[in-house]
Amino acid sequence: MSSLSQRPADAVVGQAIPHESATLHVTGAALYTDDLVGRTAGVLHAWPVQSPHARATVTALRVEAAYDVGGVVRVLTAADVPGLNDAGVKGDEPLFPDEACYVGQAVCWVLGETLEAARVGAAAVEVDYAPLPAIITVREAIAADAFQGGQPTLARGDVESGLAAATTVFAGEIDIAGQEHFYLETHASIALVDEAGQVFVQSSTQHPSETQSIVAQVLARPSNAVTVQCLRMGGGFGGKEMQPHGLAAVAALGATLTGRPVRIRLNRTQDMTMTGKRHGFHAQWRVGFDADARLVALDATLTSDGGWSLDLSEPVLARALCHIDNAYWIPDVRVNGRIARTNKTSQTAFRGFGGPQGMLVIEDILGRCAPLLGIDPAELRRRNFYVEGQATPYGQRVRHPERLVHAWDDLAARADLGRRREEVAVFNAEHPHAKRGLAITPVKFGISFNFTTFNQAGALVHVYTDGSVLINHGGTEMGQGLHTKMLQVAATRLGLPLERVRLAPTRTDKVPNTSATAASSGADLNGGAVKHACEQITGRLAEVAASGLGIDPSQVTFADGLVAGGGDSLTWEQVVALAYAQRVQLWASGFYRTEGLQWDSTAMQGSPFKYFAYGVAACEVEVDGFTGAYRTLRVDIVHDVGDSLSPLVDIGQIEGGFVQGAGWLTLEDLRWDESDGPTRGRLATQSASTYKLPSLSEMPEVFTVSLLEHAHEDGVVYGSKAVGEPPLMLAFSVREALRQAAAAFGPDGCAVHLATPATPEAVWWAIESARSQPVEASLPHRAEAAGVTIDSGDPSAQDEHEPDQPEPDAPPIAPESEQLADSGSPR
Amino acid sequence: MSSRMPSATVNGTPLGFEGVSGATNALDWLRSKGLTGAKEGCAEGECGACAVLVARPSPTDDATTEWTAVNACLVPAASLDGQEVVTVEGLGSPDDLHPVQREMAVRGGSQCGFCTPGFVCSLAAEYYRADRTDAGCDAHALSGNLCRCTGYRPIRDAADALGMPSGDDPLGRRRDAPAPDAVPTRLVGATGSYARAADLADAFALLAEHPEAVLVAGSTDWGVEVNLRGARPPFVIAIDRVAELRMLDDDDDAVVVGAALTLSEVERRLDGRVPLLAELLPQFASRLIRNGATLGGNLATASPIGDAAPVLLALDAEVVLASSGGERTLPISEFFTGYRTTVRRPDELIRAVRIPLPLSPVTAFTKIAKRRFDDISGVAVACALEVEDGSVTRARIGLGGVAATPIRAFATEQSLEGHPWSELTVHAAAEVLRGEGTPIDDLRASAAYRRAMLGSALLRLYADHAQPTTTEGARA
Ligand SMILES: Cc1cc2nc3c(=O)[nH]c(=O)nc-3n(C[C@H](O)[C@H](O)[C@H](O)COP(=O)(O)OP(=O)(O)OC[C@H]3O[C@@H](n4cnc5c(N)ncnc54)[C@H](O)[C@@H]3O)c2cc1C
Ligand code: FES
Ligand code: FES
Repeated sequence: MSSLSQRPADAVVGQAIPHESATLHVTGAALYTDDLVGRTAGVLHAWPVQSPHARATVTALRVEAAYDVGGVVRVLTAADVPGLNDAGVKGDEPLFPDEACYVGQAVCWVLGETLEAARVGAAAVEVDYAPLPAIITVREAIAADAFQGGQPTLARGDVESGLAAATTVFAGEIDIAGQEHFYLETHASIALVDEAGQVFVQSSTQHPSETQSIVAQVLARPSNAVTVQCLRMGGGFGGKEMQPHGLAAVAALGATLTGRPVRIRLNRTQDMTMTGKRHGFHAQWRVGFDADARLVALDATLTSDGGWSLDLSEPVLARALCHIDNAYWIPDVRVNGRIARTNKTSQTAFRGFGGPQGMLVIEDILGRCAPLLGIDPAELRRRNFYVEGQATPYGQRVRHPERLVHAWDDLAARADLGRRREEVAVFNAEHPHAKRGLAITPVKFGISFNFTTFNQAGALVHVYTDGSVLINHGGTEMGQGLHTKMLQVAATRLGLPLERVRLAPTRTDKVPNTSATAASSGADLNGGAVKHACEQITGRLAEVAASGLGIDPSQVTFADGLVAGGGDSLTWEQVVALAYAQRVQLWASGFYRTEGLQWDSTAMQGSPFKYFAYGVAACEVEVDGFTGAYRTLRVDIVHDVGDSLSPLVDIGQIEGGFVQGAGWLTLEDLRWDESDGPTRGRLATQSASTYKLPSLSEMPEVFTVSLLEHAHEDGVVYGSKAVGEPPLMLAFSVREALRQAAAAFGPDGCAVHLATPATPEAVWWAIESARSQPVEASLPHRAEAAGVTIDSGDPSAQDEHEPDQPEPDAPPIAPESEQLADSGSPR
Repeated sequence: MSSRMPSATVNGTPLGFEGVSGATNALDWLRSKGLTGAKEGCAEGECGACAVLVARPSPTDDATTEWTAVNACLVPAASLDGQEVVTVEGLGSPDDLHPVQREMAVRGGSQCGFCTPGFVCSLAAEYYRADRTDAGCDAHALSGNLCRCTGYRPIRDAADALGMPSGDDPLGRRRDAPAPDAVPTRLVGATGSYARAADLADAFALLAEHPEAVLVAGSTDWGVEVNLRGARPPFVIAIDRVAELRMLDDDDDAVVVGAALTLSEVERRLDGRVPLLAELLPQFASRLIRNGATLGGNLATASPIGDAAPVLLALDAEVVLASSGGERTLPISEFFTGYRTTVRRPDELIRAVRIPLPLSPVTAFTKIAKRRFDDISGVAVACALEVEDGSVTRARIGLGGVAATPIRAFATEQSLEGHPWSELTVHAAAEVLRGEGTPIDDLRASAAYRRAMLGSALLRLYADHAQPTTTEGARA
């Protein structure tokens, strides 16, 4: 066991404690960035002027009329930018653009004494646009060959001969929906300038260091003149990894120009129309199975919808490619990836970071093909699991594949799947107008940033002379409980009760050059750094205590606020006082970097992940045959978090991730205006009334989560595993259960295609397609119903599947899809 | 004009309305006063992060008070004049948690915490609800609050663990006295003024004086216009506490529901008296919205996807319009004239809705939406049928979401009336129903799905109601 993962008895880590801010949350005392407005004097408020065009050159910008509005103080335009007019790290995100690239893009900002003044002022700004042709959908981008960034291929073996040798080859495609983050707290920043010209930005950001460097880049200041602080976020989910930077920069620019604090807070509509979302994907594939229904080859092309600029699209795509295998051994693989450039918001990080989209491809394939192979989908999945000794398509050995089997079997027993499957069959036989489905799906998710450099973190731990401890680390708190875990790590390592340790908000002048709090890695990385800092302190204090106790420093232990050894002990406070008197340093900075990572992003080969997190979910749904509406009856989960640092937090992450994933796959329906009308490119679902999140009413009646036992992870802080992202993908079980329930309206062995998101309408079309299948339908006929063709294995056949197919949201059956395209005409 | 300075009692402390206009919402006002516990997550009544408690007359006993949770983002600040408000800060403090706050904190009910103040206020309203029978929580109490982090399980557990308020709980005891009376507020704001009508005559007088004024009842529709679409009326007339609009009569001829009763009040006071309404109301928005929304507001907006209209069409209801010149009553099928237009004259108010008796016995309300609760309808179908001796003797079907106005499905009604109550009739009628109106494709549903759902509504009604009778040849 590594010293990093070793955990003392009765450790504070592992205790199920509430979120460190829970009492502040429930009383409204917890402050978020925009709560500071009323606590700051003389604040100016900012309002954007947003483009109504999906793509247009800004030919003229007349701001004079805005100044006629009472209370308008300043209009910010490109001419005001002293540094680089760019909000990103790739040089493709102009902050004040001369070409608008999507509906809603800010072309300039108005600052007012009140928000109302800024709003009215923004409405008074006159902008002339020369509209240009725009690309809205991925399929349009494919047709127009409009891509951005690299086009990586992940390959192993010889996919063509693999497919040629397969017993059955299927081909198909899928459109995967994007997702709005809908963190409850929208983007917010407040910037101030002090008497020395130092810029201080409070921002709701997952990546304070990058926010800092973009602010510096826009202002043409060195980073040491800019400090960014994040108190806490009201949710991030990846949406505040890159998107806050430009907003912080505008606030900072306004503050430097006016000398007054400037606040930007997007309202919900602005947030939804201006900032990036989860990438939608289009995937096209051929898959081969042998006579035992084992996967032999997969050939796929994944095209992500990048939106107007690259931001994180490349690493998102890389993770999608690296997760197309999910939990399954596929000998011959070729996956091509490319990023469509579309005139939409710049799609960005979102919990799972491409992983969910990649995994959905294979889970959808298995769900569609199982009936065609004549095999139970659960058996098909389980049969194809990785076993010890096998490696992923990118060449990383899959460690602990047996954990997945344990989780699967454990879940099957806990959730009584055998008996419940029979009950579902009986229910379905007895109910013509309602059907149930019960599905079980696995998750294997790689942990670490794909980009090796980011796998580092810092911390600062102070011990004051009264013995109290203050910690600071580079991670941000967005509800995931990172701060809670860091307090537990510090208390454990220092041998102190939790109350003796406090944590201060994340600031770039405390811990510099931090990575984004992302990739689920916050606790792994910052926990390593906090522990490292604490170890330096205990090392020094051990020396002090040893001389006091008359023993060797190696005999000294720290536990329960006592520093002990040789049968005697001193209190922590006594040792701290002694150390101070002896002029021993009582604070330390910690650093951590993940060892053993290696990644060649060109060859798409290496071992980019420290380890894999595993999980299994079983879900039972009931579908209404009249409407396609459904209820989730029961969800059971077994998930691998290693040795949990904080079980209440971890279970919260699992449940929350699952529900968010279920939202993505079933309910949340981003709609863009794809018509040729004047509002082409407009986000049609730009508010909470049209974009629906899961609510309490959709909660499964029974919802159980167990943490996988015997799951110690060597080489990670106190034996734990990351938990932020992997559980999101447990929600595949909901989609597959819906598919099975819809298919149950048809004859036995019927296969169906289910659109994403599986809204009641999408489920209803799947039911209709099941109902229309004849009892003795031939395999090709059944395959057609699943949106799958039976392929010869001949690569030239690929061309037939080029995107001249129904629209993404269209139902899979022809008459209705024509109906959809033909708006409003009678049947 | 009253000379008193408008103010509200918030967490026991009087707060004034300096700088407030008719369009200023309560959330912005509270936050400007340093009470930043309530959050803005959407500004359109969907997320509940802004929820606060207001002391209102109890729907079940006028002499007592109910702590009613409302969306502060929609309620005009000025409407709180003279009222008592409790925010999350007023319930408890980090060192002295309210029982609701404690349950939420210890069970992991907060992750990022941004939604939490709203959940706490909705839960507190449920905690203090006088007719709550056991220690559990009504399933709908939290239907207007969204959380993006937790997945709700710990919140549901916290709700299920609510005990009963202790005898010396100050907010619990406050319930025993009447709620504050409505105050005839007159507030002049920089970008618009606000007046609360003292009674119906005052409302007419205000309307006559300010013909450009906007009437506001629960403000659940109007608040969205203000917040999202920038509506800034020069003058707002609040009518939600006008006694004449808040009556409820149930006699031999009709059930008459005041236009300004909140839907929560209607739901609880009718208590299942009109089954079709009882089916509708839990599916209408959320508890938070129903605590403000009124039937008058729902009909006045004349939204083609409003949920009350299809039900009232099926009930053959009448709309009672009142003006200083008197009243007129007309069938609701004649009320709507076009997309968001009605026969109501600018000087008229909707005073009440009259539901004639007896009620048809076979009824169903089907609402098609993406989310089961708190979602706007893609299609809504309300049916009320009478079946005698195995034949349909009367059919009324109201539809929403298939035309520019809510409509009656006249052709379908005809294909049912006078025909045997049989599978054959219903299938034929369902086909006719699929052809009613002119449904369109939009973000909520495709036209094809909308059409299919019209038919489904009738087929399901038959499946639910017909089975026992077809064998016996008569309807129960
Ligand atoms: C989150 C949310 C969810 C919603 N869900 C639904 C839903 O499920 N189904 C649905 O149908 N609607 C829904 N709505 C819309 C809205 O809540 C209803 O239309 C509600 O009934 C409006 O009533 P109100 O008293 O709040 O109207 P207000 O907002 O106060 O007024 C709306 C309009 O009606 C006029 N008006 C109000 N009362 C009268 C009167 N007595 N006489 C004449 N004019 C009057 C006002 O002048 C104003 O123009 C929802 C709204 C929100 C914000
Ligand atoms: S802010 Fe979302 S309901 Fe009020
Ligand atoms: S705790 Fe974050 S939205 Fe509920």
